[in-house]
Amino acid sequence: MSDIGSTCMLRARGLRKEFGRDAALVHAVDEVDLDVAAGETVAVMGPSGCGKSTLLHLLGGLDRASGGTLWLHGRRIDQLGEKALARLRRGAIGFVFQAFHLMDELTAVENVELPALLAGRSPRTARRHALGLLDQAGLADRAKFLPSALSGGQRQRAAIARALANDPLVVLADEPTGNLDSAATLEVLRLFESLHVAGQTLIIVTHDSRIAATADRLISMRDGAFVDETRLTGSTTGQLADLAGLEG
Amino acid sequence: MQQEVVLAMLAKEPSHGYQLRARLQQALGPLGDAMNAGQIYVTLARLEKAGLVTAEHSAGLPDRPDRKMYVLTAAGQQRVAGWLTEVSWPRPGLAEFHLKLAATAAARLADPIAIVDAQRRELLRRLRDAQRAAMAEPDRSDAGLLLEGIVLRLQADLRWLEACERNWAGRRSPS
Repeated sequence: MSDIGSTCMLRARGLRKEFGRDAALVHAVDEVDLDVAAGETVAVMGPSGCGKSTLLHLLGGLDRASGGTLWLHGRRIDQLGEKALARLRRGAIGFVFQAFHLMDELTAVENVELPALLAGRSPRTARRHALGLLDQAGLADRAKFLPSALSGGQRQRAAIARALANDPLVVLADEPTGNLDSAATLEVLRLFESLHVAGQTLIIVTHDSRIAATADRLISMRDGAFVDETRLTGSTTGQLADLAGLEG
Repeated sequence: MQQEVVLAMLAKEPSHGYQLRARLQQALGPLGDAMNAGQIYVTLARLEKAGLVTAEHSAGLPDRPDRKMYVLTAAGQQRVAGWLTEVSWPRPGLAEFHLKLAATAAARLADPIAIVDAQRRELLRRLRDAQRAAMAEPDRSDAGLLLEGIVLRLQADLRWLEACERNWAGRRSPS
């Protein structure tokens, strides 16, 4: 059974997370099964409190499950010790948060290279890689800027570049456009799309229907469980002009 | 094509039909692709008949069949001025869907939640297409702004569907 899950990038079986006890027991994540293929973009949507952020934390090893099993690229990770789990979080998983979580006193490029330095890469290698990632994020000319001098969309793109610093197997994003206006959201969606094209596996929990609409697969979550799964196939070609109020 | 749109474009300067068409396509981007090439000429002919524009035959080039130069008349200018102050807005067709859900639930014709789900998938498909088109536009393009409008409206509709789902899920008879 050791190679179970090797055909997909991330696999969860019966994943559970409970908080509290007795009458106050809350099933934040309730027996979730999930398979994410390599290179797939999956969006998890649901109302506040449905457990989607908790799920993301379990998948990324930020929090430990109450039960269930978890495989990353064929390797079972739910039983890892603290040290191994920390190493896994640093190297194999990239995190993107709603509030960016950039270090205010570090420039954009210093933020992006930090995970690589922590993972033991040489300063020169880390810097070169970080500059490449910033370039990919459209921020080549902002490398020396402090986060306070960047717009919201630029900060989030820098944070996404940082998530890629150690070439993670999976990028996990928690409401990445939650703090962004419409134009900045478009910038972030373009960046996600370019990562998708490059083969990056992405799991995004979100309220934002724009992310949901452009993902390969959309999972709806309610009360800790998956209740619906949608692959948006089929086209509505020719209706866009209609939606804009243009007659044919 | 709405007559007032064509009139307003002529307010900039007298133009040939093909020039108006190029400016429309510029503003509409991918949404202009579906536009019928002859449509603008049909509209111009109607405007001419109504006395809102006049057509002057310019010397033109032998390889351009389109030699008419269109000019706004005083009446045409007045029509444009009136149009600018109009505040009419397209009506969203929410009532029909709302009543569909109400009737479905009352007569137990189907599960209203299933109807909401199917509608949501359709709107998400439209949102996907609009979002992809928006992502393909260069930053700050006129056509990108129009696509952003479509995206924002679809998002509003999807949020309303969430409210519909909450309402009808709460009222679903216990099974």
